[in-house]
Amino acid sequence: MSSTGLVFDVQRFSLHDGPGIRTTVFLKGCPLACSWCHNPEGMSAAAEILVTPDRCIGCRACVEVCPHGLPSGIAGGWAAPRELCEACGLCAEACPTGARRLIGREMSVEEVVDEVLRDRVFYENSGGGVTFSGGEPLRQAEFVLACLAAVKQHGVHTAIDTCGLVNTDDLLAAAKVADLFLYDIKHVDDVVHREWAGASNARILANLEALAREHEAIWVRVPIIPGVNDDDVNMRRTADLVAALPGVQRVSLLPYHELGADKRNRVGMQTTAFNRVSPSPDRMRDLAAMFENAGLLATIGG
Amino acid sequence: MTDRTRRLRRESLEAVPSISAERALLITAFYDKHLGRVAAPLMRAGAFHYLCEHKSLHHGDGELIVGERGPAPKAVPTFPELTCHSLEDLRILNSRPKTRYHVAEGVLADYEDVVIPFWTGRSLRDRLFEELPEEWHEAYDAGVFTEFMEQRAPGHTVLDDKIYSKGMRGFQADIDAALDALDFASDPEAQDKREALRAMRISCDALILFAERHAELAEEKAAAEQDPAEKALLERIAATCRHVPANAPRDFHEALQYYWFCHLGVITELNGWDAFNPGHLDHHLLPFYEQGLADRSLTRESAKELLEAFFIKFNNHTAPPKVGVTAAESGTYTDFANINIGGLLADGSDGSNEVSHVLLEIVDEMHLLQPSTNIQVSKETPDEVLYHALRVVRKGYGFPSLFNADAVVAEQLRQGKTVEDARAGGCSGCVEVGAFGKEAYILTGYFNLVKILELAENDGFDLRTSRQLGPKTGNASDFRRFDDLFEAFERQLRHFVDVKIRGNQIIARMYAREMPAPFLSVLIDDCIANGRDYNAGGARYNNRFIQAVGIGTITDSLAAIQRVVYEEGLLTLPELLSAIRADFEGHDALRQRLLNRMPKYGNDDDAADDIMRRVFDASFDCIDGRPTAIGGAHRLEMLPTTSHVYFGSVTGATADGRKAGFPLSEGISPVQGADRRGPTAVFRSAAKMDHIKTGGTLLNMKFSPSLITGDEGIERMSHLVRGYFQMDGHHVQFNVVDVDTLRKAQADPASHRDLIVRVAGYSDYFCDLSDALQEEIIERTEHSEL
Repeated sequence: MSSTGLVFDVQRFSLHDGPGIRTTVFLKGCPLACSWCHNPEGMSAAAEILVTPDRCIGCRACVEVCPHGLPSGIAGGWAAPRELCEACGLCAEACPTGARRLIGREMSVEEVVDEVLRDRVFYENSGGGVTFSGGEPLRQAEFVLACLAAVKQHGVHTAIDTCGLVNTDDLLAAAKVADLFLYDIKHVDDVVHREWAGASNARILANLEALAREHEAIWVRVPIIPGVNDDDVNMRRTADLVAALPGVQRVSLLPYHELGADKRNRVGMQTTAFNRVSPSPDRMRDLAAMFENAGLLATIGG
Repeated sequence: MTDRTRRLRRESLEAVPSISAERALLITAFYDKHLGRVAAPLMRAGAFHYLCEHKSLHHGDGELIVGERGPAPKAVPTFPELTCHSLEDLRILNSRPKTRYHVAEGVLADYEDVVIPFWTGRSLRDRLFEELPEEWHEAYDAGVFTEFMEQRAPGHTVLDDKIYSKGMRGFQADIDAALDALDFASDPEAQDKREALRAMRISCDALILFAERHAELAEEKAAAEQDPAEKALLERIAATCRHVPANAPRDFHEALQYYWFCHLGVITELNGWDAFNPGHLDHHLLPFYEQGLADRSLTRESAKELLEAFFIKFNNHTAPPKVGVTAAESGTYTDFANINIGGLLADGSDGSNEVSHVLLEIVDEMHLLQPSTNIQVSKETPDEVLYHALRVVRKGYGFPSLFNADAVVAEQLRQGKTVEDARAGGCSGCVEVGAFGKEAYILTGYFNLVKILELAENDGFDLRTSRQLGPKTGNASDFRRFDDLFEAFERQLRHFVDVKIRGNQIIARMYAREMPAPFLSVLIDDCIANGRDYNAGGARYNNRFIQAVGIGTITDSLAAIQRVVYEEGLLTLPELLSAIRADFEGHDALRQRLLNRMPKYGNDDDAADDIMRRVFDASFDCIDGRPTAIGGAHRLEMLPTTSHVYFGSVTGATADGRKAGFPLSEGISPVQGADRRGPTAVFRSAAKMDHIKTGGTLLNMKFSPSLITGDEGIERMSHLVRGYFQMDGHHVQFNVVDVDTLRKAQADPASHRDLIVRVAGYSDYFCDLSDALQEEIIERTEHSEL
């Protein structure tokens, strides 16, 4: 088990990534580029520096260590040429407040297993376990498969949270081990999907069908993004599509929230501002009813 | 809540705490007449009898359970034979903005003319302070430790089931048998035992007399009552007071009234720490409850109303006010009576029953400051009971707190108790473990671990009091390795534990000889059989605790020193200490690094948690098992109440980035705001301590309401609790209140007087807390909402 993966967070006490109390391992790199992404620090497949300007005290420790001479006076920001940064991590190491953090750390399978097993007693009590998320975890398929196998040996429940735009073989290999799939569908219309998520949905939908034939525990997750995918036509088509698949146990409707906007700034993304109002609880209930009418178990939130 | 309950509750909430000089005057008159004429046990029994005979009674209109310690609800008597308040103390009590006690002019006059002149130099506190060695005083003044028994008597015990099958006459029969069995020919202590037993016998008579006076009062009220229903009730109360405590109770009402008389007896005789309490009330009441339902003398509703009236009696009994350091460390009206719900029966089976649910409903509906309640959760406890408790916890009043009944048993087995006694035991006060009805488990004082580290860093010199306080254990510049510093810490620790224990022995002996508690001794096994007073070691089990405070702060400080000095080599120890002495003025970047980039206890980070274990083990090793002057052993406990605020105020800045004067971490909770990986990581860190070796640990958990909504939220909390308890965690309490509410209460205390929050082992009115504590609770809460 020499394989390593690039992990950007291991979150304990996760409550929205599958049943029970879970630990979620977030892996770097995603093939999609959804405008509303709430984990933008997971998009890039490389390590990067995340800056929280509010925490900067202007001590200039970062300036002193930066090999590219991060200019003085902008210690808290990104005025230095963004593209020069190789995420060497020296500035993050020097930063006393944690205003600069290195996002993305090479972890071995053993390290992941050690982290995951720490909360075992809580998994056992709550029916929880580990969820591999991202980014897109199956972009690092070999590593994730090794982690899955190692964690399974300890009897821990495993889940994969995937965007679906992955190699079908990897997905089906994971299906042989993982206990649960959280599978995201953003839009059933390919044109709209390309516009907002940056890629075609053809393989995502094909993979879902393939997975549904092989695996009996799939929770489809649909982020509800006002003005993008929350219209009745798309929702009904999504419901019909999912209802036709075996293996889908439930649909989770995830209301859009704005937390991602701030994080996108902090990783220095130049993406156009994406700001929406969160869908109302009434609207969420109506949508859930629509899925229920298609014969599905629908939940709001995680 | 019935109309009666609503009215009694309102009266209790509206009553203003005041000082009553009645007890002080009675006890002064008695001592003035008898001092020097009789042996101490008989003196105390005589004084108790005199109080029961002469104190004024109170029977409020519509009450179901009768009897007050003072002349009226929340009129608090004083105990000048232990601590005599000065006129200045009384004026401070009358004028301080928080936890004020009204002191009438007449009280000041009585104190000035009668009480103070008699007791000055005679009160136990005056004499203790004279007896305690200089090094004890220096350490005490410097804030190394506090002392529980300087103002209040040893208490910390709880009643078991014995009174529900035996009246005071029955106890007197036991006493007579013990007297008959005395062997004056060959037992050199026989005469001491005779005195102790005779004193116990007199105190039984005293309690019966006290009850009969209540019966007469109820009869008088009944004669004057026009309303037939109320008249019948008063006659019922009179009959009850005629029957108990002389005889064993026959029904639910008599059982409660009997306990209540015992309660008043114990807290009138002396002001023992942590008001007495009935312990496993649901276990004790179940037979009366079932019998009442079966013979139709009781309904669920009438039983609940009686229990509500019983709860209100506790709430009427504000704690006796303290002075000096003790006032700062524990400024509260609560007297720490803590009723146990659920738990185990002596045979190891689940002890929860229908009365448990009734009690939880009362806690949910009444929102009283007192009594505290806790739920004892064992692996036998059904989810349904735990869920019920958590639904109450979620309301944010801090009640009930949650205990691991299986760990509570294991802790006691380690101390050598029988498994039956251990299971019939439980928790009282804040988190303290004891064998109910059979043990004196006495807290002796809080112990400032962080101050000890500060002394080790400064070669035993205390910077605040400018004294060479401890032994010279080396200059910081000579500590080549982290272990050199830690060894200096261990030597300072042992020295001050020795100083504390020496003081404990002096105090224990003084109480044993001069301040026996004959009435309490009747109630605690095996004082009668041993012919020995509770305060002289008569109980079956005797333990005295030292409560270590600041484990989070000291762990993070040592972890930071290890990291920046001995691993990173960022600066030398003297350099770090000079920044600390400057309170980090001019060292902001360093302080930020210490705050943000170091291993911190509470994150399941072994780099910090291993140090926590090391500090814990060092503390345990120099305290546990050391004998006490009255038998039994010293033990370690991890409980702060509010002393972490006081200790923080006398402790300089620390290597974890804490500024001078700020509170230390409380209980075994992480430093406020240092836990950043969620509740499971906190539980994991806390569980790395060996709780089974303690007499209790206190973990405070903060939750914003949003995390625990719905049935799912309740299940989630239960999974956390079960998980922590599976890892042998002792106790956890949840504070569920949002920051907005707390800020509003600060700005407008008048409209938030009823806001109760969990402090540390007990709940208190938020608006009564000191500003520092309020800020700390807000900080805790804010952190939970990140």
